[in-house]
Amino acid sequence: MTAFSNQSLMRNKYYSWIIKNLFSSWVNSLMTVVAIIFIYEVGTFFLNWAIFGADFRTNFRGELITDRTLCSKNISPGEFGACWAIIYARWDQFMYGFYPIEQVWRVNFVYVLLPLAIIGILFDKLPFRKYFIYFTFIYPFLAYFMLYGGPGLSVVGTNKWGGLLVTLFLGVTGIGLAFPLSIVLALGRRSKMPIVKSLCVVFIEFIRGVPLITLLFTANVMLPLFLPDGVNPDNLLRALVAVTLFQSAYMAEAIRGGLQAIPRGQIEAAQSLGLNYWQTTRKIILPQALKIAIPPIVNTCIGLFKDTSLVLIIGLFDLLGIGRAALADMTWTKLYYEVYVFISLVFFIFCFGMSRYSLYLEKKLKTDNS
Amino acid sequence: MERVIQLEKVNKWYDDFHVLKDIDLNVQKGQKIVVCGPSGSGKSTMIRCINRLEAHQKGQIVVHGTELTNDLKNIDMIRKNVGMVFQQFNLFPHLSVIDNISLAPIWVKKMPKKEAEDIAMSYLEKVKIPEQAQKFPGQLSGGQQQRVAIARSLAMNPDIMLFDEPTSALDPEMIKEVLDVMIQLAEEGMTMLVVTHEMGFAKTVADQMIFMDEGKIVEQATPDEFFNNPKSDRTKLFLSQILNH
Ligand SMILES: Nc1ncnc2c1ncn2[C@@H]1O[C@H](COP(=O)(O)OP(=O)(O)OP(=O)(O)O)[C@@H](O)[C@H]1O
Ligand SMILES: [Mg+2]
Repeated sequence: MTAFSNQSLMRNKYYSWIIKNLFSSWVNSLMTVVAIIFIYEVGTFFLNWAIFGADFRTNFRGELITDRTLCSKNISPGEFGACWAIIYARWDQFMYGFYPIEQVWRVNFVYVLLPLAIIGILFDKLPFRKYFIYFTFIYPFLAYFMLYGGPGLSVVGTNKWGGLLVTLFLGVTGIGLAFPLSIVLALGRRSKMPIVKSLCVVFIEFIRGVPLITLLFTANVMLPLFLPDGVNPDNLLRALVAVTLFQSAYMAEAIRGGLQAIPRGQIEAAQSLGLNYWQTTRKIILPQALKIAIPPIVNTCIGLFKDTSLVLIIGLFDLLGIGRAALADMTWTKLYYEVYVFISLVFFIFCFGMSRYSLYLEKKLKTDNS
Repeated sequence: MERVIQLEKVNKWYDDFHVLKDIDLNVQKGQKIVVCGPSGSGKSTMIRCINRLEAHQKGQIVVHGTELTNDLKNIDMIRKNVGMVFQQFNLFPHLSVIDNISLAPIWVKKMPKKEAEDIAMSYLEKVKIPEQAQKFPGQLSGGQQQRVAIARSLAMNPDIMLFDEPTSALDPEMIKEVLDVMIQLAEEGMTMLVVTHEMGFAKTVADQMIFMDEGKIVEQATPDEFFNNPKSDRTKLFLSQILNH
């Protein structure tokens, strides 16, 4: 066999795949052609708009764009490309909100360490995983200290936080806090104790039956009523409470699915060895159930991450809130597409990452079990 | 002789289905009892009541002088002394063989990890697969898995072992390796209550045969009497079916 025939074999495989999947019948062929034309048209239009015909910091005359009237498309009717200058101008706000600019290094510090805090949870075969996991537990305190301030660092109130910082804070903290809560809820829902069980069922079903937006309003208005006088949690904390409760209910259901997949024999074997309920749960059931439940858990995380953008209705400036504030500014108004495409892109990067991770896990689970 | 298991007029229902009807059973220390009977006759249910995987509703079960009630302390005490081997092995798939075996000594007996692993290894040698210690259950054959399950039970140093059809999920060529381990265990004087249809095994080790049907103990006899001179017609029928097939 020569390299050549090997190559032609490959090409043959290629052709037969195309014939089989794209041109198997005339309906299929027609759909393929229409789809190709559609993708081509939309793709070229978008690329021309977003990149080839777009202004970044300067317009087609080479001037620095400092307000919307200097965007190429607002100067010449022949231009239609995006005017990304608004993103440059508002970059700090998108990333940090109204965080004092000379303190922004603190936020960057927290951003940079975030992957290190998460990586240990994501990959179970990571070298030195134990130390990464230690760091995962230290990180929230470190991050809180860096962001909010304390001894040695000036205090930056959460009303100054915004943009990606608020989005990530709500997403990551909400998921992080919801996780242990959801385990308790899922176990409680399967408990034999009727009161515990019904409390968990009512909680989960109530939260799942209510839109997040309602929970956000409720937390915003009602939380102060439940707390003693003088304790007045700020808006961000109220939103965090709502987001955490919301996420915990959905995660609990994902975990319950995992619990249900554990054969009864596992529990019986553990019991027959003398392990008590908590030992059985911790050593036998949860490790197996969580492994099965991770893909659906990640799906709920993707949902939550996007839903954090709802906090704008209770007056918080997450990414979307900052975007809308930018559009409300007279110097930049009307650049809707640029702002929304940019925000979508940021959300997409995070959600796509989570989605890929979930796929990777599903594949891994399949091979692990065979 | 010391009486280690005592069932007196034990009754159990699943809703309104009467699974166990007035079961009386005495097991002496060191005795080997083989239980057989048609499918659905309540064999599993009976032995699962002895370590409280199932709760009985009427009658009395006493193990080592401790009565089984809802008292968790009693249940824990009994489970520590009673080992069980299941038809489906029920190994923990997320733990290596050695971790499967050392788990209970570490967590239930609070044994130091090193000591528990030494004990685990010694039992793995006893069931003749020490070289599989670091593997996971999914990587072993059925016969090997069941032997690990036996080692896992033995590592708690129980003085009674319950077996619920330990070889019925195995391919024929693996049955012997598991039965050999059980025979060895019997020779060492373990008290054993075995649900099985392996009549060769029964003839070799059993002191008493028990035949169950429809939730009742229909016949209890020595193997000699049981196989050569069964009293009840149902036993005869059952034996003719099982020995001819
Ligand atoms: N959890 C349960 N709920 C309701 N009925 C049950 C339950 N477990 C067992 N049964 C019924 O109780 C009867 C006895 O079951 P058991 O498992 O003890 O039989 P067995 O003698 O071990 O049979 P086999 O040889 O098939 O294992 C069967 O009719 C079975 O359908
Ligand atoms: Mg059975």
